[in-house]
Formats: sequence, structure tokens, C-alpha cells
Amino acid sequence: MSINLDNALGIHEAALRLRSTRTELLASNLANADTPNYKARDIDFKAALEQAQGMGELRTTHQNHFAGGEDPGINDPLYRIPSQASVDGNTVDSQREKAEFMQNALQYQTSLHFIDGTMKTLRSAIRGE
Amino acid sequence: MFKVFDVAGSALSAQSLRMNITASNLANADSVSSSTDETYRARQPIFAAMLDEASRETGAVGVEVKGVVESQAPLRQQYSPDHPMADEKGYVHLPNVNVVEEMANMISASRSYQSNVEVINTTKQLMLKTLTLGQG
Repeated sequence: MSINLDNALGIHEAALRLRSTRTELLASNLANADTPNYKARDIDFKAALEQAQGMGELRTTHQNHFAGGEDPGINDPLYRIPSQASVDGNTVDSQREKAEFMQNALQYQTSLHFIDGTMKTLRSAIRGE
Repeated sequence: MFKVFDVAGSALSAQSLRMNITASNLANADSVSSSTDETYRARQPIFAAMLDEASRETGAVGVEVKGVVESQAPLRQQYSPDHPMADEKGYVHLPNVNVVEEMANMISASRSYQSNVEVINTTKQLMLKTLTLGQG
């Protein structure tokens, strides 16, 4: 059995990268909480993760097949639907963004924890303990 | 994730400028003068999203202060002929600062500042944890 570190870490490596990008997006939402006409943005995490793993795309196995429309991935964040419209055209809901930010931070740490666990397992396998 | 520090940092500086302007408005709420030209007018910062090439790619957008504008609301006039600053008709001119509005502005700026500080702290912790990956 050969050990491939990419396979060993599994989905968590892609998840960690997406979480880190999402942190930036949520931080810019919070930073622009008082900017007129700023529209809050976020990524569709499920679609982005599927895209990062090369899933979710239609496979074209025949020359007459059409390629499917691309999922909204990491490169084109979507716009949030405001729950309460504000007069200055800003759609940031600070409370919601803060909650999302905290949740994202926790999920980032969860991914880190999983990767850490995998590394510990690999190390103990190498040492033969 | 390093962009978080740029973005939240730009918000911190914008909000602190807003706080400065609020302080200046409140401090000058009762500054009298003898003509409308010399009277202090309430100031407001103009915030705008920093839309440049880099931010278009990642979606991480900072805040910039486009400028500071003076309020065009009418100035207050007060009839007090005994005042040393009174004009020939006996009026002194007072700024158009709305103190209640400024207090609300101050609270909003301080809350926004706090949440950006929190963002920076959380991101710092995440990055420090990432640095210790695999050392445990």
C-alpha cells in the first residue's frame, strides 16, 4: 500500500481552503456594514466544495453531449437576500454575518482538527507504536 | 486568509475616522460665530467599497473613505444682542449639528469597530492554530 498524503487528508484539505476564502468574504461583509450600496456576498459552500473536488459537473461522454452549466464555485460568490432592506442600499445584516463568521471559524478549526488527527495516525503508523 | 487583516484594518481606520468626525461635531455643537460663512457645519464621512482588480477576483472588499462632506442643513440663529459675537442685527449663528444624531453615529461607529476587532482576533487565532498543525 502506498501512502498518498493528498488522499490521506481527504476532503479536509479542500474544505480548509474554502473556509479560509469564506473567512475573507465574511470579513469584508462585516467591514462594509456601514458602506452605502454594498451588497453582502457569500459562497455556496456545498457547490464550491463539489467543484473543488471535481464533482458536480456533468460528464460529456459523447460528442453530442452538452457541458452542464457551471456551479457557483469559489470564484463567483453569490449575493445575500436581505431580510430587512435598508434605505442606503446596503444588504449587510451585522448579526447574521457575525454568526456566520463564528460558525465558519469553528468549522475551520474542525477541519484542522481532522487533519491533525490524520497526521497523528500516520505518525504512529510510521513509528510502529 | 491574510486579506482579512487588510479588509478589517481598512474598516478599523474608516470607523475611527468616523469617530473623530463625530467627536469634532459634538465638540463644536455650540461654537458660535457672527456670520454664516464662519459657522461650523456638521461633517460626515463618505464610505465606499474598495473595488479594485484584486478584490474583484476574491470578493474580499475593504472600505475606503471617499471624502468628508459638510451638512447643508440650515444653521441655527439665536437672538442675543448682548453676546460679544452678535452681528449688527443682534444674532449669533450656531452650527447645524444634531447632537442626538451624532450620539447614534458614535454608537454605530463603536459597534462596527468592535466587530472588526473581533474578526481580526478570531482570524489571528485560526492562523496560529494552523501554524501548529501536526506538532501535537
